[in-house]
Amino acid sequence: MDQETLSTLFIIIGALAASSFVIGLHFMNSPATARNGNLISAGGMTVAVIATFVYLILRDCHHDSCAVGGLTTEALVIIIAGFMIGGAAGLYLALRVAMTAMPQLVSLFNAVGGGAAAIVAIFDYLKIVGGPDETISTTIFVILGVVIGSITFTGSLIASGKLQGLIRGQPIAVPGGVYTTIALGLVALVSTVLLVLGAGADPVIELSSEVKTVVLFVILGASLTFGVTMVLPIGGADMPVVISLLNSFTGTAAAMSGFVLESPLLIIAGALVGAAGGILTKLMADAMNRSLVNIMVGGFGGGEGTQADPSATGGTVREVGVDDAAIQLAYAESVIIVPGYGLAVAQAQHACRELGDILEERGVKVVYAIHPVAGRMPGHMNVLLAEANVPYPQLKEMEDVNPEFNRCDVALVIGANDVTNPVARTDPASPIYGMPILDVDHAKSIIVIKRSMGRGYAGIDNSLYTDPKTGMLFSDAKAGLEDLMGAVKEL
Amino acid sequence: MSGEISLLGSLVIFILAVLVGFEVISKVPATLHTPLMSGANSIHGIVLIGGMIIAAEADDILGYLLAFVAVVFGAMNVVGGFVVTDRMLQMFRKKPTAPKADGKEA
Repeated sequence: MDQETLSTLFIIIGALAASSFVIGLHFMNSPATARNGNLISAGGMTVAVIATFVYLILRDCHHDSCAVGGLTTEALVIIIAGFMIGGAAGLYLALRVAMTAMPQLVSLFNAVGGGAAAIVAIFDYLKIVGGPDETISTTIFVILGVVIGSITFTGSLIASGKLQGLIRGQPIAVPGGVYTTIALGLVALVSTVLLVLGAGADPVIELSSEVKTVVLFVILGASLTFGVTMVLPIGGADMPVVISLLNSFTGTAAAMSGFVLESPLLIIAGALVGAAGGILTKLMADAMNRSLVNIMVGGFGGGEGTQADPSATGGTVREVGVDDAAIQLAYAESVIIVPGYGLAVAQAQHACRELGDILEERGVKVVYAIHPVAGRMPGHMNVLLAEANVPYPQLKEMEDVNPEFNRCDVALVIGANDVTNPVARTDPASPIYGMPILDVDHAKSIIVIKRSMGRGYAGIDNSLYTDPKTGMLFSDAKAGLEDLMGAVKEL
Repeated sequence: MSGEISLLGSLVIFILAVLVGFEVISKVPATLHTPLMSGANSIHGIVLIGGMIIAAEADDILGYLLAFVAVVFGAMNVVGGFVVTDRMLQMFRKKPTAPKADGKEA
């Protein structure tokens, strides 16, 4: 086949694969079609990978000697062995991971994706430096690929480590604080300017290829360090935002590699992911009522675990016994269950669903109200409840469920705190004022399962707990739910 | 490397793809945000193709090493990402199934 036709065919197949990604993402808009959507994307990806392999083989040999078509023996080994090793590792992790550990795995996959994009960019620069292909535009895309890719690589690894508990979840102060981050940014910026001015056929600054290579590695080092210093100071509960942001970065880095390799497929796929991450970042930041800058500067979530002082809010806390709570639940017409991260920590999602089933058997209408940031990544709580076999029509989003609290007899809050705090609506002085919350306090009666009066992530008192309608059931989420189940069964 | 696409053409493709991404993804409900992110995550594993292309170009030890790491990383991202997304999505059911049938990964 002549090379012209081959390239054309390759681009057409790339366009088909890119379309499959768009269609696949489109099918994600409903739980009924989402699984097929993912399969469509995966199919497109398979076609794209096979087509690339075939294209590389059919291509003319650009080396002294080639083993098969356009590929040297080394290249064949690298592609086949690399794919087997990477694929097996990915498959193993994907099949083994517990649903509670999903955020750290997604973060890890994100890290390697970013790393791969950075490597492709580095390779390409080493290839073109000093040659006619070293244009200003290519230099810019290469550097963007290196910078964004490597920030994502180390940033996602740190995020994954924090989520896994390998690194302390609390904000960690970086030596020099913001100044270190700024200094790193400046180093990268100056180096970038240097390389851009040194690029092209008629460069502003004459630099040897060796110097340019060294400068590129300075940029690489600064970006890798920047990723670490960027994520270390960010607290555990801000992780949904950070993961979304890093996901968006990787997409952008992949698109930059696409510019360098002149591959429309990489550009489109990268841009789609960049947009997805961007939207989720905004949604998460809005749902936490915090700006991206505020989260990046960090240092917020230090309050978790401090003890609340009920007298400060002027109310008293009413404790409720297991039997009382069970009676309220069993004789209610409708119950809204509000699960928070405490439920996931206690691995209580199965117990939660069982209690829901028992209540439904008694004719109680049960739905689950899920705040957008419940869990450690966007939508995490939905996955945990789906794993526990809760049918998705019962999983209600915040906007849909909030009006229903007015009509519900009992709201059962399990391991959720700040996202139920009414001061977000009422007290302009509160740090969480304006944060969208679940209107749990509108329910006729409220039961809160909680281990202690400990504060939530924001480190402030929750006025829901001193509401006269609220009964506190002090217990571990799982133990509390099991006790409630037992008590309801005996009624 | 794969055909003649001008810088300007590439930029146009990039911008349109970002807009398509915004349009498609803003319709995804919060219930599916985790699988969406994980699915999008596997799509950027497309850099695997970049890794394959540089493997074909490489002709020294450093090049081989870089290409190898890129291919391993990319493959891990693609394969792991799609499998884990599928695992999540198969749990989203409209009606509850018998508790025994939903055991751990088959």
